[in-house]
Amino acid sequence: MSTPAAPTALRKTALNDMHRNMRAKMVDFGGWDMPVEYSGLIAEHLAVRTGVGLFDVSHMGDIQLRGPGSLDAVQHICMNDASRLEVGQAHYSAMLYPQGTFVDDVIVHKFSDNDYLIVINAGTREKDFQWIRSHAQPFHCHANDFSDYYTQLAIQGPRAAETLQKLTATDLSTIRNYRFTWGTVCGLANTLIARTGYTGEDGFEIYVPSDTPTSERVWNEVLEAGREFGILPCGLGARNTLRLESAMALYGHEISEEINVFEAGLDRYCKLEKGDFVGSEGLFKVQSEGGPKRKLVGLEVIERGIARDGYPVLDLDKNPVGYITSGSPAPFLKKNIALAYVPVELAVSGSELYVEIRNNPVKAQIVPTPFYRRPQKQS
Amino acid sequence: MAYPAQYRYTREHEWIQVDGSHGTVGITDYAQESLGDIVFVESPKVGDKLEKGKVFGSVESVKAVSDLYAPVSGTVTAVNEELANTPEKINTDAHAAWILKIELSDPSEADTLLDTAAYEAFVKEETGH
Repeated sequence: MSTPAAPTALRKTALNDMHRNMRAKMVDFGGWDMPVEYSGLIAEHLAVRTGVGLFDVSHMGDIQLRGPGSLDAVQHICMNDASRLEVGQAHYSAMLYPQGTFVDDVIVHKFSDNDYLIVINAGTREKDFQWIRSHAQPFHCHANDFSDYYTQLAIQGPRAAETLQKLTATDLSTIRNYRFTWGTVCGLANTLIARTGYTGEDGFEIYVPSDTPTSERVWNEVLEAGREFGILPCGLGARNTLRLESAMALYGHEISEEINVFEAGLDRYCKLEKGDFVGSEGLFKVQSEGGPKRKLVGLEVIERGIARDGYPVLDLDKNPVGYITSGSPAPFLKKNIALAYVPVELAVSGSELYVEIRNNPVKAQIVPTPFYRRPQKQS
Repeated sequence: MAYPAQYRYTREHEWIQVDGSHGTVGITDYAQESLGDIVFVESPKVGDKLEKGKVFGSVESVKAVSDLYAPVSGTVTAVNEELANTPEKINTDAHAAWILKIELSDPSEADTLLDTAAYEAFVKEETGH
């Protein structure tokens, strides 16, 4: 059985033929023709938790802000405090609408005092770039969309460092979590190597030129390097269950233009004290009006059933009080877990609620997040 | 995987093996392949009455839930308890991992289902090649 050709309207990464040749199941993800799984979601998920997995995440966008006013622009557009970043450091942040809800969540990298890279989500690339460009306008800097120039590969898992180390002379042990450097990878000089990811595991993201021969060569070399550790190519299916076990937000689910920072519980990445930025006024207003009315919580389904995105959450009297933003079986934890919005007064760890699963109320318990936390490294 | 010649199939991707008024029901290899890793099977109970074309349960993979439709009408005589703990058996061998057995109320209903050639053609159509 050969795989069907992608409709031409879908966008493709440089590795599209590679994914199809490897018999990946492909899906439309935010307008991108992306692999959802290769050998199987559970096997891929477990490879990342116990060994190493390789993801093509080239659909992510990369916006550079460059110029003497770039820090001021980043500070204006993003909620975290980029003035605290050192050169070679990255952090989680988000761009907000004036009312304090989400344009997108992002990773900000500081390349130099006047050069920042903002990594954005695939489904919101055009919206984000327009947003950044228009809001950076008053500052002395340029916004450049580098998204199509790079193939972005994520090498994730406890054996990720050993895998990538075979392909570079850069000593990866010197790159701490959420730090990055440039090094020669697979013979490609000045490759951005970042110790970042979206799996809750140790790992790296590398950015290589997006021509297909180079992208395919690096992809194959990483798979070869990780072979002794049981590396698997991983699709968006495992990427989603991995991030859910780690309780990381996904745009359009836990965060959106309808949901504010306090509701999403992302306050720790939001530095209201740094001064005015787009969204700060809206958030002060939320605070002055008594804080958020609902909170994102972790749920573990304790009766039989799987909570899915959009399912209603009921209180113990079976009145609808909220909804599931992401829900799935957790392949590593072997539990049925979910993230959900519930009224603040019900957001109490240990308390029980119902998830309405296909017209049946099924008991679930509020549990602390993340559901999964990776073991601390000995080294 | 080959579709057994003696089975009959639905457009919702169930198979049934009919022997007189007894039927054994499962989902097809195409169905398990599209679903991916199966983690949960919701079956009816022995004695439940099924109506042809109506939902009688569901199969869930990590990423999706899919309804099960009764290929024929009748009464459930057995459910495959093994699937409660090892639902992945459907991924391994969908045409052997039966979900339930049924006593057909009208054995002629089976004649309205797709035969193997028709089902294979239908799957080809669904996948666009």
